[in-house]
Amino acid sequence: MSIDTSAPPSSARTEPDVQVSKQWTARLRRSAEGAFPPDRLLPDRQPAYMASWVYVFGVLTLTSLAWVIITGCVLAIMGPSWWHVSSIGKFVNSLHLWSVETFFFFMVIHLWGKFFMAAWRGNRRLTWATGVISFLVSIAAAFTGYLSQQNFDSQWISTQAKDGINATGAGAFWNVLNFGQMLMWHIVLLPIGVVLIAGLHILMVRRRGIVPPFPETKSASKPEMNAEAVPRPAAPADADGPE
Amino acid sequence: MVPGFGDPLSYNGDMVLGALLGALINLGGTGRYIHWGFIQISVANLVVILLMIAVFIAAILLPFPRRKRGDQ
Repeated sequence: MSIDTSAPPSSARTEPDVQVSKQWTARLRRSAEGAFPPDRLLPDRQPAYMASWVYVFGVLTLTSLAWVIITGCVLAIMGPSWWHVSSIGKFVNSLHLWSVETFFFFMVIHLWGKFFMAAWRGNRRLTWATGVISFLVSIAAAFTGYLSQQNFDSQWISTQAKDGINATGAGAFWNVLNFGQMLMWHIVLLPIGVVLIAGLHILMVRRRGIVPPFPETKSASKPEMNAEAVPRPAAPADADGPE
Repeated sequence: MVPGFGDPLSYNGDMVLGALLGALINLGGTGRYIHWGFIQISVANLVVILLMIAVFIAAILLPFPRRKRGDQ
């Protein structure tokens, strides 16, 4: 990136100056502004077809994930001698467990709902794929969490799992009996992965919009399965629907 | 501090807090399993799966509250 001290600040530049800039920062900014205009990134209205309880499970999953992260941060700050012994520590530890339970509970229902409405229609394949990958990474994160409990349950799970993991060949570098390695995966790598992929999933939802229901057919013999035939919701209609 | 129960962080307070915040069902015992041919599943997992199905069906069938026209 070159520095031109004689150039006016970006706010003082004229529109043609901005348009011709070939720097990667300018190109990235233009691309992001085109893909995610503010009213699409943070909408205050949603399509009318979202006025259904089926559409609430995505945001419930995100809410649970937020609780997982918050309680996990508290556990990391206070340490095992706190969450194993004190009443408040045990309570926060239980909150961490039960927020994971609700996270998977709502995520599976979200998955069912999106599967039966074929949510990959209308060029939403990447939205579906990021959801699937997020689900799989979440399973790994939960698994390493069970391995990090430091009790007989975690010992049992790790000794039972090692044969399966070793059979895949992954045991050569991913040792479920190595507590330190599993704890680091649980509190660093996998949470970063889940949050990043879930964030990408949300951005794709914002980019492509919520998938509309199947159109009603008079014959009712075959539902419309042509992905490209499904119109993308261009402008949100009047609705009070959830996320 | 809960009136009448003393310090909630004391031993007795732990019992009171446990009774207030604990699960309705004792989850500390040995798990129960259902065997059906080659299928084996714990009662806890079966209950969770049935709950998910019930919530999913309810979400489809229950009407979603709408604002009346004119309300802001």
